[in-house]
Amino acid sequence: MFSAETIKMLIDGTADTLYMTFFSTVFAYLFAFPLGIALVITKKDGLKPKPVLNRILDIIVNVGRSIPFLILLIAVIPLTTFIAGKSYGTTATIVPLVIAATPFIARLIESSLEEVDKGVIEAAQSMGASIKTIIFNVLIPEAKTSLIVGGTIVIGTILSYSAMAGVVGGGGLGDIAIRYGYYRYQTDIMLITVILLVVLVQILQEIGMRIAKKTDKRVIK
Amino acid sequence: MNETVLCKHKLTTKRELLILLLIKAVLTIKTLIQIKDLQKDYISQNSTVTALSDINLDINSGDIFGIIGMSGAGKSTLVRCINFLEKPTKGTVIIDDKDLSLLNDQELRNVRQDIGMIFQQFNLLMQRNVEDNISFPLEIAGKSKAEGRKRAKELLEIVGLGDKSKSYPSQLSGGQKQRVAIARALSTNPKILLCDEATSALDPTTTRSILALLKEINKKFGITIIIITHEMTVVEEICDRVAIIDNGYVAEHGKVEDVFSNPKTDAAKKLVYSNKAAVAEMKGKRCIRIVFDGKSSYEPVIANMVLECRAQVNILFADTQDINGKAIGHMILQLPEDNMVAEKIINYLRDRKIVVEELKNYV
Repeated sequence: MFSAETIKMLIDGTADTLYMTFFSTVFAYLFAFPLGIALVITKKDGLKPKPVLNRILDIIVNVGRSIPFLILLIAVIPLTTFIAGKSYGTTATIVPLVIAATPFIARLIESSLEEVDKGVIEAAQSMGASIKTIIFNVLIPEAKTSLIVGGTIVIGTILSYSAMAGVVGGGGLGDIAIRYGYYRYQTDIMLITVILLVVLVQILQEIGMRIAKKTDKRVIK
Repeated sequence: MNETVLCKHKLTTKRELLILLLIKAVLTIKTLIQIKDLQKDYISQNSTVTALSDINLDINSGDIFGIIGMSGAGKSTLVRCINFLEKPTKGTVIIDDKDLSLLNDQELRNVRQDIGMIFQQFNLLMQRNVEDNISFPLEIAGKSKAEGRKRAKELLEIVGLGDKSKSYPSQLSGGQKQRVAIARALSTNPKILLCDEATSALDPTTTRSILALLKEINKKFGITIIIITHEMTVVEEICDRVAIIDNGYVAEHGKVEDVFSNPKTDAAKKLVYSNKAAVAEMKGKRCIRIVFDGKSSYEPVIANMVLECRAQVNILFADTQDINGKAIGHMILQLPEDNMVAEKIINYLRDRKIVVEELKNYV
């Protein structure tokens, strides 16, 4: 059906997509984790109430979340060029992906940590636990399942964002879909990229959910 | 500790023994916790709510001290002020001669490691197994994992869950979870154990077994226990002393038997008499005459009947006497209005071979 060349292109595209998704997720989490924790503990009834700081962080996250990715992608081109040396290609695309995903992940982490029973936190405080101990030995481990589920959602979202980056020559499956499917009217290639994206999301989703379920000790197995 | 001293030195003279016993007595009545002029306000943008005021209580070492009150009376706030989870607005708490209001965060955390606490909802870490839950306070205190394991094993034996060390909280019943919580609270060998409605989520049988365990712990380790509850039975069952909290004030406090047998304030009366059904006017039209014709007078027939049938009867007339352990005579009872209950009572008596005859138009 397809020439060997096309097949190779599709395989490379898939690899590029996975490459962008993986590194963007890792870097975004590096920024989002501290941000999410800060959002939780600086709340009015948090472990270290700092209402002003909390408000500022909240606004930053909201602004970040409300800029459409496509616009952000273009708006941060100067920054992308500064960091990655160029504004196109798979590695460069990681920059806007990280910027777009960080506030989104921070919100997810915040809501996961918020789910932890306040009573358990109080119990830890009654034992004389420090804030650091509560964060790392109570909040994060207790929210583990929810955090993993959140991570699964994040990977799916970043994957679809990465496809969007194809518009500005971002590489990966999205790039192929736009170049062949949209500009050259090759519907079959368009279709196959869509199928590949769907399959990728499905696989990653399934893996994530299985890990979440397997590590959750709250349900009787 | 004093027992071990006695054993080691093999005291010979009675005088020395007496002195040691005296010292022990003095040690055991030492005031461990002093709550002084405590007040707690919750300040929101447009109003201030005073949750507690003028609280003055001394709690002796080795006591089981009950704090009882209706919901919203402020008892949960009070227990959280004892370990400064809630910082009092005024006044202070002195534990072991240490004024908690003068301590910084780090010192306060150290004090808290010496005060165990258990909760209504158990508050176990759901993603950790039983053993790791119990050793968590030791982990916080910077003890090694091996030490934590060893201590968890000992404590699981004490609370009667020796085989559950690898289970997760979700696999345990409510009573078992509370036992794990107790083991966890004891892991650092605290002097004080705070119990915040610890039995309120449990059924009556489990409640009794948990209270028995607390009592055992109190005796065995001499740990001072403070119990917050809204249930009279809990206080009656295990407390030595009690304070009744009403509307943020201590309404009454003292020995349980004194306070409960002779409640002086309205708040205390309301609590003490609340679980006894209000004495309703008897409106039943059915009356029965029951005849005691020589059954054992040792069996409290009427009292048992009331307890079994959970209904009140009105004794209108009675003429009974005890002749050599046999009950002789008769009694006229007015039965409750509810016919089902009345039938139940009649059947209960007939089952016990008591002659029952119904009287028409007696009342």
